[in-house]
Amino acid sequence: MNASMPAQPAVSSAPSVSVDRLVKRFGKFVAVDEVSFETAPGEIFGFLGPNGSGKSTTIRMLCGLLRPSSGRATVAGIDVAAEPEAVRRHIGYMSQKFSLYQDLTVRENLRFFGGMYGVPARELAARIKWAVTMAGLDGRESTPACDLAGGWKQRLALGCAVLHRPPIVFLDEPTSGVDPMSRRHFWNIIHQMSDDGTTVFVTTHYMEEAEYCNRLALVARGRIVALGRPSELKHRFASGALLRVECAPLSEAAEAARSAPGVIESAIFGGGLHLTAVKDLSIEGLAQYLAALGIRVLAIERIGPTLEDVFVSLTRDRPNTAAQGH
Amino acid sequence: MSDSAAQAVEVRGLSKRLGKVAAVDNVSFTAETGKIFGIVGPDGAGKTTILRILSGVTLADRGSAIVAGFDVGANPEAVKNHISYMPQRFGLYEDLTVDQNIRFYAELFGVDGRAREINAARLLQACGMSEFRGRLAAKLSGGMKQKLGLTCALIHRPRVILLDEPTTGVDPISRRDLWQILYSLLAEGVTVLIATAYLDEAERCHRLALLHQGRLMFCGSPAELKRSLPGAVLSVTSPEARKVEMRLAGAAGVSSVLLLGDAVRLVVDDAQARIGELSALLRAANLPFSEFIRTEPTVEDVFVSKISAAGAGPSFAWKSQGATS
Repeated sequence: MNASMPAQPAVSSAPSVSVDRLVKRFGKFVAVDEVSFETAPGEIFGFLGPNGSGKSTTIRMLCGLLRPSSGRATVAGIDVAAEPEAVRRHIGYMSQKFSLYQDLTVRENLRFFGGMYGVPARELAARIKWAVTMAGLDGRESTPACDLAGGWKQRLALGCAVLHRPPIVFLDEPTSGVDPMSRRHFWNIIHQMSDDGTTVFVTTHYMEEAEYCNRLALVARGRIVALGRPSELKHRFASGALLRVECAPLSEAAEAARSAPGVIESAIFGGGLHLTAVKDLSIEGLAQYLAALGIRVLAIERIGPTLEDVFVSLTRDRPNTAAQGH
Repeated sequence: MSDSAAQAVEVRGLSKRLGKVAAVDNVSFTAETGKIFGIVGPDGAGKTTILRILSGVTLADRGSAIVAGFDVGANPEAVKNHISYMPQRFGLYEDLTVDQNIRFYAELFGVDGRAREINAARLLQACGMSEFRGRLAAKLSGGMKQKLGLTCALIHRPRVILLDEPTTGVDPISRRDLWQILYSLLAEGVTVLIATAYLDEAERCHRLALLHQGRLMFCGSPAELKRSLPGAVLSVTSPEARKVEMRLAGAAGVSSVLLLGDAVRLVVDDAQARIGELSALLRAANLPFSEFIRTEPTVEDVFVSKISAAGAGPSFAWKSQGATS
């Protein structure tokens, strides 16, 4: 637990975040259960999980706001349990919802966060100018934050969070609800920060954000249930086949498909069904089975899994898996 | 079924200003009875304002809306017995139990005890919440609160239900459950209008209106929406995805490049013609890559393409200045 190492921005290939069997208990409840992973400098790392999965608890520990029950975590080489204050000087934190003072202007917000994060006075003006340009807010320095549209606000919040040049920045659902153009602009900035070696740690339950990460940890009930690149996860963990079925009538078809041999899950999706099935399911056999139950089948095709499919298949308690073997 | 009954909602030239902003700007669409109609768009698109007008809570400045056969502008009170409006923050009483909340809404809508019991049992079962009837609303998870809200909103068996972003902030599993419940309502002839900021949820609707800054950008089925994208979408993966993205940006015939983890998504004018050219480009730059695969456009691809075509794109002028010095 010796953390006497001087606080240095991540420069080498040493992990920027290192988490080893981290545990957090609240009474008898285990919120984070033996979580281990590492991130490399410049990596965009996603922590993806539903509310209550232990996501926020993990982040709070990594930000030095909550003491781990056991295990070890270092951020920028600093032990979070031994030196929580030092950790906080080396990270930036941004949540779209809570970061800004709405009644302060763009410049006042930046000045406030610069002061809070201890940006040296001689650098502050240059950093504020940098942040204003980065957020595309030139000429709007005197606009109150509450008058900015969603996309600008979110880029200003990012500017506030990285004014002190932290080697690691934590983003909590940074782009929920903003329009796709603003989201793309935002991620363009994130990619440039990553090019410069900043580690970007994203927590979210929005698949649309998760897709942007280099690597993803899927968390459920306090544990990491899968870890890998998005494309890897899609190939590896969508264990079964995914099928789109065009058929009628829909509700009856969904019910009938649920009882079909080899079908694990059946869901209505727009004008058709999405089925998760065992890998070697015979499409012809399924078509015949449905037809025998009076379902009109127009088409069945295999489709590629989305991250959401992977996520749901790994985290849902499935009562129907028993039907799989018949 | 007569023609008028086939359309549960008919909106013509609807406009509404809120202060200086045209929150809804000349929007027209129809929603068919017994189908799910999506009102899809990012924050500030006008979704909530439209739902408030349709439910008779707000009056439009111009245009007309007929909901379940009633003109809501002329007769906003009459429509209220036949519809249900579930705002983003549905008024659950946190210190009441699940059952007590349901009873409260049943009485508000004048549903008698027997009908209430039958409906509540059916809806709670569909939501997987039968065993939580005695639990305080405050102790429910976000997804369960939304399901209870839906149960309360449906207790008087409305013909049209207007849902304002019921899935926002709800985890993917609860989101899927909510959609299943909505589909199960259709068999009874209920019409569902649902607002969502998740563009990917558009694919779950039978038809949808895509909105941006108060204006209707598209109205039709998800399949029609995807067909409306000029060109094709290609995807390529690479361990050097960032470099691949930068190399392909601005290449001939490429209108949009998106870096997603280890994949790069491109919108091109002609898939057949460009795959060879783009592959050659990457080989010349010595970048490793998997083959280019043609993929289905997403709703987001179409949305971005339509907005870019309208010339409303943001500037990408900012250049890196070294966040870690």
